[in-house]
Amino acid sequence: MSDGLKLKNFSCRSVKAVDLQVVPGQAIGITGPSGTGKSLFLRALADLDPYEGHLALDGEAAAHVPAPQWRRKVALLPAESAWWEDTVGGHFAQVPQGWLQRLGFDEQALQWQVSRLSSGERQRLSLLRLLIQQPRVLLLDEPTANLDAENIVRVESLLSDFRVSQRPAILWVSHDTEQLKRWCDPIFVLAEQRLRPLNAPSRKTPLQQGGAA
Amino acid sequence: MSIVSLTPFDLALAAGLIVLLSIVSWAMHLQLERQLIVAAVRMTVQLLLIGLVLKALFANVHPGWMALMATVMLLAAGREVMGRQKRGFAGVWGFGMGTLSMFISSFAITIVALTVIVGPDPWYEPQYAIPLLGMLLGNTMNGIAIGMDRLTHAAYEQRTLIEGRLMLGQSWSKAIEALRSDSIRAGLIPIVNAMMAAGLVSLPGMMTGQILGGNPPMEAVKYQILIMFLIAGGTGLGTMTAVWIGSRRLFDERHRLRLDRLKIK
Repeated sequence: MSDGLKLKNFSCRSVKAVDLQVVPGQAIGITGPSGTGKSLFLRALADLDPYEGHLALDGEAAAHVPAPQWRRKVALLPAESAWWEDTVGGHFAQVPQGWLQRLGFDEQALQWQVSRLSSGERQRLSLLRLLIQQPRVLLLDEPTANLDAENIVRVESLLSDFRVSQRPAILWVSHDTEQLKRWCDPIFVLAEQRLRPLNAPSRKTPLQQGGAA
Repeated sequence: MSIVSLTPFDLALAAGLIVLLSIVSWAMHLQLERQLIVAAVRMTVQLLLIGLVLKALFANVHPGWMALMATVMLLAAGREVMGRQKRGFAGVWGFGMGTLSMFISSFAITIVALTVIVGPDPWYEPQYAIPLLGMLLGNTMNGIAIGMDRLTHAAYEQRTLIEGRLMLGQSWSKAIEALRSDSIRAGLIPIVNAMMAAGLVSLPGMMTGQILGGNPPMEAVKYQILIMFLIAGGTGLGTMTAVWIGSRRLFDERHRLRLDRLKIK
């Protein structure tokens, strides 16, 4: 079965009784004021926080999958990335040809000291680290928040190719509704523990436009 | 060799040092004088009491009394381990983990040392069993307290890092691995240093005491070497056990970091 990520009567610290399905290749957007718990919602989907109700990927309940395996499939890109080795390369088993360049780095980047990365570099590299694991679901928490315009284009282009080739289900949290409209359908507003549709006409997604960004 | 017995007057003279220190502390506004005096009084009373208890124990050698004494020592050490942690585990786990680890390591090693190595008759002869257990517990307690404090403190400080590793699909064990090793190392450094410095920089207290008590130096040295080995073994095993149980307890069965299991400060 490949019915993507499915939530039934799903409750965690920030949402109550959510029913939601995100099929492979689909992206849904989540926006809303700060502090309503968008990040907490994503954390619960990655099984990092307790939740109640039903959570399944392709028909397999999260509770029946070992947690580390679940998190490799349902991968969370946090707003603040974590680095524990001294060098960038210590966090990568191997990097597919050309991916570093796609995000504006050269091969030298793997030798860089993590402590000297800018926040934007961290963000791009952490996305790379996540995509290499080829997750089935991407939980993106403000993935381009610290990036300049040029790097936003780079990140979206890489994500777009990944979306075409791997067809992940995507949940995208952002304050930038213009960006969400480019990528996501539908878009929800998280407020008062509910997901409500954002009242705006949905446009075509990059996928339908042939993956160009 | 005869022992020069100390009179209360001798002890009072030595206590003058504490008084002197308190006066200096008061004059310099160090605000240590209260603690100093309380600690000194507690030490005196506790040791006098244990002297009476030991006297009674030595006069009535019975396994039941020994077991009671050992239990009291263990529980006191368990409490001490908990008290020394800034952000230890909440509830019964906080007390249980350290106490269990000390029980496993200190008791096992004391019993092996008594039955196999020293071999008094009976093996629970209090003159040997109590000092051995006391020294093992005291040192193991230090190791465990340092190790656990480091573990819980670091886990709290580095939660973003640990969760970042979990998010990438690492197991709880892998995610805490580096902190766990650091914590065990921290717990073992004092005993390693003590062995390094023994005889060169410091004459260990037990050996000094034996020599002051009139024992031949080589006998005192042999006992000190034995004690050092036992302490190193006890501290190592105890710290590893406690830190391992602690690191497991930081995560639940879904490999989530559960800092809510720590005391709120």
